[in-house]
Amino acid sequence: MAETTTAKRVLPGSLEANRNLSQWLDINRDGTVTMRPGKIEIGQGILTALRQIVAEELDVNLERVSVVTAVTALSPNEGVTSGSQSIEQSGTAFRYAAAEARELLLARAGAKLGVSIEQLSVNDGVVAARSGGSVSYWEITDGDLLKREATGDAKPKSHTLHTIVGTAAPRVDIPRKVAGEPTYVQDMAPPGLLHARVSRPPSYNAELLSVDLDDVRKMPGVVAVVRDGRFLGVVAEREEQAIRAQRRLTRNAQWREQDTLPEFNPRYLLKGAAKSEVISEKKGDGAESPAGPPQGRDFEGEYTRQFLAHASLAPSCAVAKFDHGKFTVWTHSQGIYPLRAEMAPALGVPMEDVVVHHVEGAGCYGHNAADDVALDAALLARAAPGRPVRVQWMREEEFAWEPFSSAMVVKTRATLSDAGQITAWQMDVWSHGHSSRPGRGTGSNLLAAWHLEKPLPRAQTANPPLPGGGSHRNAIPIYDFPHQKISNHLIPDPPIRSSALRGLGSQSNVFAIESFMDELALAANADPVEFRLRHLKDPRGRAVIEKVAAMAHWKANAKGDGTKGRGIGFARYKNGAGYMAMIADIELADTIRVTHVWGAVDVGQVINSDGLLNQVEGGIIQAVSFVLKEEVKYDRMRITQQSWDDYPILSFTEVPQVEVALINRPELPPLGAGEGTQGPISAAVGNALFNAAGIRLRDIPFTRERLIAAMA
Amino acid sequence: MEISITVNGRAHKVTADDETPLLYVLRNEANCKGVRYGCGVGQCGTCTVIIDGKPVQSCDVPVSAVAGKSITTIEGIGSMDHPHPLQRAFVDEQAAQCGYCATGIIMSAKALLDVNASPSDAELKQALSKNLCRCGTHQRILRAVKRAAADMRAATEVRK
Repeated sequence: MAETTTAKRVLPGSLEANRNLSQWLDINRDGTVTMRPGKIEIGQGILTALRQIVAEELDVNLERVSVVTAVTALSPNEGVTSGSQSIEQSGTAFRYAAAEARELLLARAGAKLGVSIEQLSVNDGVVAARSGGSVSYWEITDGDLLKREATGDAKPKSHTLHTIVGTAAPRVDIPRKVAGEPTYVQDMAPPGLLHARVSRPPSYNAELLSVDLDDVRKMPGVVAVVRDGRFLGVVAEREEQAIRAQRRLTRNAQWREQDTLPEFNPRYLLKGAAKSEVISEKKGDGAESPAGPPQGRDFEGEYTRQFLAHASLAPSCAVAKFDHGKFTVWTHSQGIYPLRAEMAPALGVPMEDVVVHHVEGAGCYGHNAADDVALDAALLARAAPGRPVRVQWMREEEFAWEPFSSAMVVKTRATLSDAGQITAWQMDVWSHGHSSRPGRGTGSNLLAAWHLEKPLPRAQTANPPLPGGGSHRNAIPIYDFPHQKISNHLIPDPPIRSSALRGLGSQSNVFAIESFMDELALAANADPVEFRLRHLKDPRGRAVIEKVAAMAHWKANAKGDGTKGRGIGFARYKNGAGYMAMIADIELADTIRVTHVWGAVDVGQVINSDGLLNQVEGGIIQAVSFVLKEEVKYDRMRITQQSWDDYPILSFTEVPQVEVALINRPELPPLGAGEGTQGPISAAVGNALFNAAGIRLRDIPFTRERLIAAMA
Repeated sequence: MEISITVNGRAHKVTADDETPLLYVLRNEANCKGVRYGCGVGQCGTCTVIIDGKPVQSCDVPVSAVAGKSITTIEGIGSMDHPHPLQRAFVDEQAAQCGYCATGIIMSAKALLDVNASPSDAELKQALSKNLCRCGTHQRILRAVKRAAADMRAATEVRK
């Protein structure tokens, strides 16, 4: 008997999981197009780029296309906006959905005009027949047009015909942002709004011994005081009243604390019980990889990075309303669907009783407290039914409780032949997992859920799988080494709350690889640029290195002068995304000052050239801040950082001059650009320091203390 | 004690008590949402307003300290339809990513340009040194302020 199966066909990008065209687009009779991305704006300009893609495929002017921001009740489920994947996932879905919508419209237009589709052309939504006669999209559209499953068959335009994609279309959100219009979830002020604050424990595992709530209830404006286990919060009529009540509540609470935090040095990771796996191995068995044991001199290196904070400029915020047993939540979470799935059990309600709206927040650079505060708001809204409740985390709360990027240790070994060729390469990576986003674990990843009277179990912190990877992101070099062994050592149960931050493990891994490459180049008496090219076949990789060297007028084998120097760093982000090569100039005084950075970037097809430049320039400056200054401060009991004094970032007086060149490859798929600079910049700065003064720093950040210690 | 302040030219009777930081009065009473909370201790500049010609971090000033004074916020210098040259230059230079820092930076820049129409790069960076930007948009912001300064100088020349 023949077996018949109608396997669902695989659709492009996020269409695969959200297969109806009407989930994505409306062609409206009023001459507009509505698009509903499941991805969200986090200051990266994604909504502008997605509009460009839709306008391009539909052949309508950009101004006709408007965007509905994501809400669980309506938008396609595109998971989380992270990992520089929005152009790949959402952009691809919109490209195919809009191309198919155009075909459907052309079919109707052809029928109406009595000509075949081949006879038609479109200009800003007006379909004209070659023989004369025309009809607009807006006349022939109706509610049924897109009520169908996508086929994925409509062929998107050739890049050679693009007039909107690839241009520097201005961002839609900037005019209102710089005018000071209410923009962010922080700015929401619906009628009847109440203000709330949470009073957190002083440390992760602090046990609540006693707390006087009555005293706080009597304070002016206080509407409710909530205690659920060790989750403590206040709701008040006015914001300043909520803050005062929160301070009193914090003073009124007695806690028992324990020393549970590790030593202030990433090398504590080496002592942990690790889950170890070999993630890449080459044994010299390829055609160009001679078999047999590698011959030459052996070298070793050890590189570390401390815990890193997202340190969003705006502490996290959410608004929630509890009405007739149902919750409505407004949040700047990067993943409204996974958030909803984790909020429901924490609130003890079915998922249908929680609606989550995305509202923009400040830049988050990964998984910060955006999700946590949404649950806080819902828990506190329950104490004031019928009224919207706004929870704003305080700066010190954000610095203490947001999930950080795990500290890391990377060890390298290599063998260098007499001919100056790396014949063997070994690298070992120690880290906690790099993701504890909601919806990715086995328990709850929302902070307050762990503090309730009936706490939910804390989910394991995990790594996204390779090839993207987490702690092992970019651990496999893209250079061509005949012998290679890369191992990842994952330490479960981080003693310091850890999750995803821009680039995940790639900063540490690329810092190690690219610092070690310079150390080996020195041993081989080779120029760092030439030495990299010597080991790299990938033509796109070679092209960005050659480009950045030309931009900076790189002089082979040039030595620094004791205070000034120059270094290079390179990687292909996630081993499969954008190519980034960076050169940094530094000046050494009592601290390291990065004066100039050149970058060459290839992320395939460019959708919005200025948006891309903005992302890369920002990534460069932020990475300079990471490598020079940033480390989470803690002692054995508490996260001790409370303010920007404790966690300084790069200021206007310290930023380098940045020049970025894009290598556009319109014939290749577009790749994300938000990440990928962190590793190359870290290495370029370290290599520049060595070039300047012969000092090799292998521990990030390169603080003044570390510099002085290294010079001694 | 009843406190009155002037916000963007309009008299405002404060209903909050004396010790309330000016920031919350501006945001929640005067509806100036462009004045933003970032740190509460005057370290990040997102809440910057202009008082007596000087940039002031409104999170760090009790409202009683500015009784009777005239306060200018981002909403007072321009709007989407009628932008201030600084706001226009930020759009022209696409000088924002998340944009949360932008309003405070524009106010610091305005306070500078009001007394120094042609600041040097060093003066400009110094004037913005109390404003943080986490997205790394600094270079575009500096370009935008310089563009605005040039536009404002040109406008002054025309008026002469």
